[in-house]
Parts: sequence; C-alpha cells; structure tokens
Amino acid sequence: MNDMTPSLAAPMLHARGISKFFPGTIALDDVELVLHAGEVHALLGENGAGKSTLIKCLTGAYRRDGGVIILDGAEVAPESTAASQKLGIGTVYQEVNLLPNLTVAENLFLGRQPMRGPFLARRKMNAEARDVLASYGLDIDPAEPLSAYSVAIQQVVAIARAVEMSGKVLILDEPTASLDRDEVALLFGVIRQLTARGLAVVFVTHFLDQVFEISDRATILRNGRIVDSCIIRDVTQRDVVTMMLGRQLESRVERKTVAPAGKALVEFKGLTKRGMIEPFDLTVHEGEVVGLAGLLGSGRSETCNLIFGVVAADEGETHLRGQPVSINRPRDAVAQRFALCPEDRKVDGIVGDLSVRDNIIIALQARQGWMKPIPRAKVQEIAERYVRALDIRLASLDMPIRLLSGGNQQKALLARWLATNPDFLILDEPTRGIDVGAHAEIIALIDQLRADGMALLVASSELEELVAYSTRVIVLRDRKQVGELNGDEITPDNIVRAIADEKEDA
Amino acid sequence: MGPKPSLLKRILPQLIILAAALLLNVIVFPDFFQIDFRNGRLFGNLIDVLNRGAPVALLCIGMTLVIATKGIDLSVGAVMAISGAVAASTVVEGHGWGTALLAALLAGGLCGLWNGFLVAVLRIQPIVATLVLMVAGRGIAQLVTEGKILTFSNEGLIQLGSGTVFGLPTPILIWVVLGALVTFVVRRSALGMLIEAIGINERSSRLAGINSRVLLVCVYLLTGLCAALAGVIVAADIKGADANNAGLWLELDAILAVVIGGNSLLGGRFSIVASLLGALIIQSINSVILLSGMPPEFNLVIKAALILTILVIQSPRMGNLIYLIRATGPQPQPEATRARPKKEATQ
Repeated sequence: MNDMTPSLAAPMLHARGISKFFPGTIALDDVELVLHAGEVHALLGENGAGKSTLIKCLTGAYRRDGGVIILDGAEVAPESTAASQKLGIGTVYQEVNLLPNLTVAENLFLGRQPMRGPFLARRKMNAEARDVLASYGLDIDPAEPLSAYSVAIQQVVAIARAVEMSGKVLILDEPTASLDRDEVALLFGVIRQLTARGLAVVFVTHFLDQVFEISDRATILRNGRIVDSCIIRDVTQRDVVTMMLGRQLESRVERKTVAPAGKALVEFKGLTKRGMIEPFDLTVHEGEVVGLAGLLGSGRSETCNLIFGVVAADEGETHLRGQPVSINRPRDAVAQRFALCPEDRKVDGIVGDLSVRDNIIIALQARQGWMKPIPRAKVQEIAERYVRALDIRLASLDMPIRLLSGGNQQKALLARWLATNPDFLILDEPTRGIDVGAHAEIIALIDQLRADGMALLVASSELEELVAYSTRVIVLRDRKQVGELNGDEITPDNIVRAIADEKEDA
Repeated sequence: MGPKPSLLKRILPQLIILAAALLLNVIVFPDFFQIDFRNGRLFGNLIDVLNRGAPVALLCIGMTLVIATKGIDLSVGAVMAISGAVAASTVVEGHGWGTALLAALLAGGLCGLWNGFLVAVLRIQPIVATLVLMVAGRGIAQLVTEGKILTFSNEGLIQLGSGTVFGLPTPILIWVVLGALVTFVVRRSALGMLIEAIGINERSSRLAGINSRVLLVCVYLLTGLCAALAGVIVAADIKGADANNAGLWLELDAILAVVIGGNSLLGGRFSIVASLLGALIIQSINSVILLSGMPPEFNLVIKAALILTILVIQSPRMGNLIYLIRATGPQPQPEATRARPKKEATQ
C-alpha cells in the first residue's frame, strides 16, 4: 500500500469508452480503466470477460473500435505492441516470452544492445545487466543462459526488460500462474519496489488472495462490461466473487427435486498430482451428478484430467464398484467405461479434419481395437441415431467436424462418448462457448443421463447451471477441495460463499 | 456417399498428371505403348515404367502411412541397403532364397521397430529419429557386405528382381499385391481412421482412448518391411548388394511420390493409391528423360523442372488462382453451382 491518495493525482493512464467488436460479439463495451502512478490495479473477471481484449487494446495488439487512451496527460493511439512499449506501456505475459537459450543480459537488452562499432560490447552489456538486476534484488550472473534460472527469476527478468524499455505502465498478465509461494513473494517484492518508483501496475490474475495481498484497487469485468471499480480495502472477497460471476436472475433454471442416488460407482482416495491438485477423496454414485465449482485455476479441470488418466497421479487409489483399478492413461479409463468431454474442445476434443461420422465413432472403435472394425452400416446407424437424439445440425455426416459450430461440435463429442455407453461421464465445462439453444439441450441431456442411472461429474464455471443439474456440489479453491453442498444447500449464493469464505473466517 | 466415386475424385489429379507424363513419353517415343509378348515375358516401355518404379512404389506404401501420422522416415533408402546386403550374404553363405528373403524382412522389420521406438516411445522428432538410421544404415550394410559389392548367383533370389510370373515381371506383382493388400487392410479395418486421427490431433486421439504408441510403432515397422522388400528387389535385379548405392536418395523419391499423391506432410487424410500413382508419375518422368535421348547430365535438372511444375500446379495458391480465373470468367452460370459447397461448409 502507498500513502498517496491516488484519486487526487492526475491518472497515469486513463482509458475511456473502450469498445471492441468481433464478428457476432461485443468483446468490450464502453470500458473505462483509470490507473494512477504508484498503484497496483487488479483487473478481474472470469474467462471471456474481456480482460485480455482490454489489455490487447491498451498495448496496440488489437485496434480498438472506439474510445480514447490518455497516457500521462497526452492522448495516444498505439498501433502495435512495439509502439506502446515506446510510449511507456510494457507487458509481461504468463508464459515468459523471452528467449531461453540466450543469456540473461542478451534477453534484457535484445534490440538495444550496447555496441562498440559493429560489435556487441558484451562486457559492458553484462555489467549494465548486473546493475539493472541488482536494483530488483537479484544477484544472478547475467552471462548465464536465461533457462538456467527458475520461472520466477525469468519473470523478473521479463519485468525488468519491460520496465527498462517502457517505464510508465506495467501490465502483468497472470504472472503468478506457475509460481510457488516463495516465488510469488519474490515477485511481489519487485512489484512493490516498482510502485514505489512511481509505476502504475496492472495485475491480471485468478488468485483472489494475491489480489487482496498486493492490489490497491480493482476493476471487475463481466461479459465485456465494467461491473465495478473499487478500492480493495473497502470490499470483501465475497463481493469480488459475486461481481465476477454475476447473477442472471432472469435466466434462472429451476432446480428439480432429485431421486436419491444409487450405490457408489467410483471412489477416489487421496488422488493427487504435485503442482496440479492437492490430494482429494471423491465418491460418485450411480444416478448422481456431482458438480465441481470454483474459480478458474482452482483445480476443476485438473481434477477431471487426473481422474481420467490424462495425467498420471503421483499417489492415490481409484476404486470401481469397490474393486481397485489402475488408471494411468486415458485408454485405461475408456476401458473401464469412463468418458471425458474435455474443456478445450479444439485441442483435446475434436479431430478436426476427420468427418463427423468418424469423430463420433472413434472412441468406440478405439476401445474395440482396430482389428474389429465396426461395420459401415452400424457406424452410419450409430452416427445417425446420435445426430437425431442430440439434434446435431450438419449438412452431411461426411463433413469435417471443424466446420461445425461450437455447440454442434460439443454435441458430437458427447455423441462420441455416449456411443461407448459409459458408466461414468466426466464433463469439463460442457457449455462453454456454445449458443443458448444448445446450452439448454445439454443441460436437459445431463438430467436425462442421470435419471437413466449414469454417474456424472461436471465441472463448470456457471453457477446457475451447476445448481440446475447437480445432486451434490464440490467446491474447489487453490487446488484443494474446500467444501461440499448437498440438496437444498445448493444455491448460487452458497456456492459463491463457499468459494470466497475461507479467507474471511481466518 | 459410396466409397467408389469419392476415390475417383480423390485420385483424379494424379490420374491427369500421370496421363500427361505418359503423353510426353509418347511424344518423344511414339511406340511407347507397344507391348510385346516374347519368351514368356511381357516387354514394352510401359512395362518398364511399372517394373522400374517398383522400389519407390514399395517405399511409398509405408511412407504414406508414416506421413499420415505426421511423421517421416528418412531411413528407407539405407534400410534397402541393409536388407539387400543381408539377403545377399545369406545366399552367399549357402542358404536358400526363402531364408534370404525372411532374413531381409527381419532386418527391415528390426530397423522399422527401432525407428518406431525412437519416435513413439522416446518421442524424438521423426525427421531426427530416422536420420540416425539413414546415416548409420549404410555403415551397417557395409559391415554386412564387408565393404565390397557382394554378388550372388542364387536363381531363386534373382527371380525376385528379374523373373516373371505369368509373363509379368515379379517386382510389378510384388508392389501391386502389397499395395492392394495394405490398402485393403487399412481401409477395411479401422486402422486407416485411427492413423489419420493420430496425424490430425494426437492429443484428442489419445484422450479418445487410441493407443497411439503401438500404432506409431506398427506404421514404422510396416515402412521397414516395405523398404526390405524394395532392397531385395534392387539387389536381385543387379545380382549383388551394393551397400553404398542401393536405394541411394530413394527416400526422397518416396516422400515426393507421397506428396505428388496429394498427401499433406502435416499428416491426416491419406491415400495409398494416390501415392502409388505418384510413384508411377516419377518413374514416367524418368522414362521421358531416358527415351528422349537427352545427354544423361540433363536428367536430374529436367526431372527437377518437371516435378517443380507438378508441385506448382498442385499448390494451394495455384488452386485459388485457377478457381478465381474460372469464377471471374465470362460464363456466369457455374458460379451458382460452385457457391453451393461453400455454403454447406459454413452451416
């Protein structure tokens, strides 16, 4: 925290009425961002809220469609990231975008190396690099390759480079995502030094604890609009979570009364993967939908992936109908009649150039083995059945699946797994990025599958949706299970409370 | 809907290019299509094209599948040298031609397994992984032949390279049968689809439960076996194993055949038939150069020019250009018919 009262000073950067349109969507709608010298300003919002778009508009990576940016009293219109760097806006991304095989000094000075005639003044460069890094509290050898140091130190080098080149505004896009506790402390020390030097820092993160630890103010975005801009001291974590997740009362789905679940199908004991998710126990019964709630990065997808063997667990046991089973690869999971619809459809789900028909049949075929091809007629019958049942809209089963819309791709992936007749279906963000119609249909389908006795585990960031179909909700936070809600306890308010509360009791 | 018309549509460009290449042959040598039956054997330039094209045709059967998985196998030429050397040394030691063939296939299979192990298990990039054997393979072949050209006179083995079956040269029979067999197995089983899936998106494929590791090893194994057969044919043809020159640069011809066959080096959808046509196109071009009576020092340059022409015609840019010229042409009617598939695609 600093002693300045930021509201009195003229802002370092004032972006007003920023708008950005993409075909079919409004990514940013009349957004305002005020940054003062010497403050850490958190930019918060769930995925798709518009944080990245706003940053890209500020740094010139995107051309904005409306609005004014005033930097240090003068209006600017950066056309490229290089131009905005020159103006004084530096950015550091989550994946350090430096060159790991060059030395620290080279990374720091790339593009503006000290020269002696036509040659690189290497000794001078290393000496200057050492001075710069020392001012960040780093005593490292600048002649070593960057890759010799930890991600945190690389991150600081990236920050140093950005600050040396720009020096007015520093945007940190999820800088702490892959850092451990001590490294975060190191980074925060650097950030505090920089604000003391009068820089304005924008801090984008999903970790609320860190927001409350380092930030002075926060701007919260949702669906491309500003929800609020507040002073962190005056709000609680719960307020912030509520603002981020929002509440769309008008689209509220009625919660159905649900028959009691059947007997336990799968049981996970102490399953864990270091750096991904803390050990957890979880039991899923037949005829039950277990919802996984939590902010981004809280471990929802990690839980799904660990259960399905996408990453092998360090420790822990999996029991299926009371018998221990070992699942180290997705193939093992498929053999046990598990199914996983992944979060990232394009990267982990569809096989883009293959036909919709092949995409639907592929998991069943893979389980049967290549030597037992499913007869053409049978393939056609299965594909047609699911296209009809799930109302997949397509011109022909022969068309490559990548040409389908997001919602139809998702339904085709559901069809792929339903065709394998799974006992345990894991859905990771089943409704992300799909249109309203398909959204309602998928929710109805989840309900139907539960009623038919399937065991389901559904991770979702949409609270209303979780409330609509879950028989139980597990709440995750900082890669740990922190709560469980049952029956009538399952309301959006209670989920928000469970996501945010822990800190306030402490 | 059925597979027949779609196959024809798929290989139509290759058929047209092959026809053009054959036409060039007829222009430089009017009797090109003449086929005689003498001494119980078919003779003719067309038969020569099919016969001389056998090594590349065999190589490109396996290469097509490897490339479909987003891989590549640079070692096939060297594997040809190894298996040729193994076959030759086996008959020289007094074993029969059957044993020699089996030994050569075993050597090729081992080479394929080695490549598959590097690519699928150690996850080394295919181009680097197979480069190892490309370089080491000729050395291994020289060790087998003890540094000399190993000649032999085993009739059975020689028959594989220069004999005939029902008047047809044996090499033709071998590549046609193997090509048909692999195409049949790959398309009738689910293998083809699973291989394509791995090539297009290995992550998704793995998540869908496909055993990509075993499939990759199998594909490299098959390529090794194909190379072994090609190596035996080449050795049998010259009645000797030449560790330095057998199959030299043929890996590049095989890759080229696959590319001319319209298969993307980025993996995914593949057609073995189209690759085989690609191999025939390359051999037809070789034939044009030979028959034209040009001095041999022009051969490689002319071949490169012809192949460049084919690749330019097949390039996406050129495809767009042809499409544009046709779309902006004087007749307005075809526009409506051509607009339809585009609309379908966006729905």
